[in-house]
Amino acid sequence: MNGRRLDRRGFLARGLAAASTALLAGCDDISSQPTVRRILESAETLTRVTQRALLSPQAMAREYAESELSKDFKANGSTNPQDADYRTLAANDFADWTLEIGGLVGQPLSLSLADLRAMPPRTQITRHDCVEGWSCIGKWKGVPLSALLEQAKLKQEARYIVFYCADTLGRRTGAKYYESIGLEDAFHAQTILAYEMNDQTLPIPHGAPLRLRVERQLGYKMAKYIMRIEAVDGFDSISGGKGGYWEDRGYAWYAGI
Amino acid sequence: MAAREVIYRHSGAVRLTHWINALVLLVLLMSGLQIFNAHSALYFGSKSVFADPVLSMTAVREDGTIKGVTTLFGYRFDTTGVLGAGESASGELERRGFPWSVTLPGYRSLAMGRSWHFFFAWLFLFNGLAYLLWSLGSGHLRRDLTPSGQELKHIGGSFAEHARFHFPKGEEAKRYNVIQKLTYLFVALILLPLMLLTGLAMSPGMDAAFPLLLDVLGGRQTARTIHFISAGAIVIFVAVHIFMVLVSGFWNNLRSMITGRYVIPEETP
Repeated sequence: MNGRRLDRRGFLARGLAAASTALLAGCDDISSQPTVRRILESAETLTRVTQRALLSPQAMAREYAESELSKDFKANGSTNPQDADYRTLAANDFADWTLEIGGLVGQPLSLSLADLRAMPPRTQITRHDCVEGWSCIGKWKGVPLSALLEQAKLKQEARYIVFYCADTLGRRTGAKYYESIGLEDAFHAQTILAYEMNDQTLPIPHGAPLRLRVERQLGYKMAKYIMRIEAVDGFDSISGGKGGYWEDRGYAWYAGI
Repeated sequence: MAAREVIYRHSGAVRLTHWINALVLLVLLMSGLQIFNAHSALYFGSKSVFADPVLSMTAVREDGTIKGVTTLFGYRFDTTGVLGAGESASGELERRGFPWSVTLPGYRSLAMGRSWHFFFAWLFLFNGLAYLLWSLGSGHLRRDLTPSGQELKHIGGSFAEHARFHFPKGEEAKRYNVIQKLTYLFVALILLPLMLLTGLAMSPGMDAAFPLLLDVLGGRQTARTIHFISAGAIVIFVAVHIFMVLVSGFWNNLRSMITGRYVIPEETP
């Protein structure tokens, strides 16, 4: 009797082990199925719509005190672009760099760092949340994106703002970094193009000469090494078609979570 | 031999939400470990002070090979092969937090881990709300889960009975005992909602909409640490839960959670 019971337990344990192995293997297989991906991605739409409904356009990300600044702010992604054009600009302290603003605008702009520094700035101490899970607190000074979009006379049909960057991140594909945000974030008070970090000129690891701050989303939305800004009505035809470098590699376009 | 007494123990709503929750929590746990592996360290406060983690799983290079090192409150443990570093698919030691055999997907993919996690987080929310609303409306919460003053007074005796693996029989077996009631209430009303709140506190969007989340939970990194600890608490609960199911009449317990029918263990002199 005892022997049989033990046997039955052994059988159960083996059965459970086999079932969990099958489940694990199955999950790996189904992770790569396009249908499964589409189903899982439907939750991203639900998340974006729900968060947009709960998040008023004016709601601000928390701002912190100077005493809370990170002493070890991590630089992620590209930290020292080797692209020839970028090296040339960096060698001259970005004196020859210009920011191009075009696409669906009435007045395309070409602005130097001096032009940007001459505009009314905004300074904010905010928390940078990386998709990997860590957070750092930094002080950013820059031009509100809304001011630039108004100056460029953004057209009615524009729905997204796309940021083209100088750095090649995809070593194998040679893909350059790019990002896009919607107009709710583009016109948000804390959305700035930063040229200073912690009271210093923005250093190269953090995106010199200009990086985006979108404080209600994760770090990968905040494009560094910005060269060109384009207003568009859709991003299907840009690069991988998903609206950003990481989005083209499976990450959600809406990164408020 | 007297006819066995069979009662209808678990309602359809409880059975359905129970099994959905079991599946959902398994997927959330495994995809959560995948997400954790993207930065296998935890901190207290608003920000990550990388040199001062509460818990970290890292790999260090030593004597031409790599070692998995786990630190907890500054204490170092060699956890090669389990945490910090372990064998990759090709059999070489590689840097990673938890083994890929317990993550979803079973290889490094933060993007897919997040997709799984957030899809099932929505299922967790809908299923949990359905359960709570039904439990309130039907009286399940009050009738079956709230312990009486009398029961609370005799909780010591209940612990003693459990410790000796003596489980209620006859009339007593028709309802949850006081330890069960308190445990289920703690899990359903505190632990699982805490998972949701600490999860939301990690969302920069939700932090802007509800800054109170950060104040109540002690900052984003503390929230992430609590999320991890609570997940561990759920794993411990499930382990003990399954153990109790096994030792207190496995088939009877399992059947009652599938068909609702539960055979009352007879009182023996």
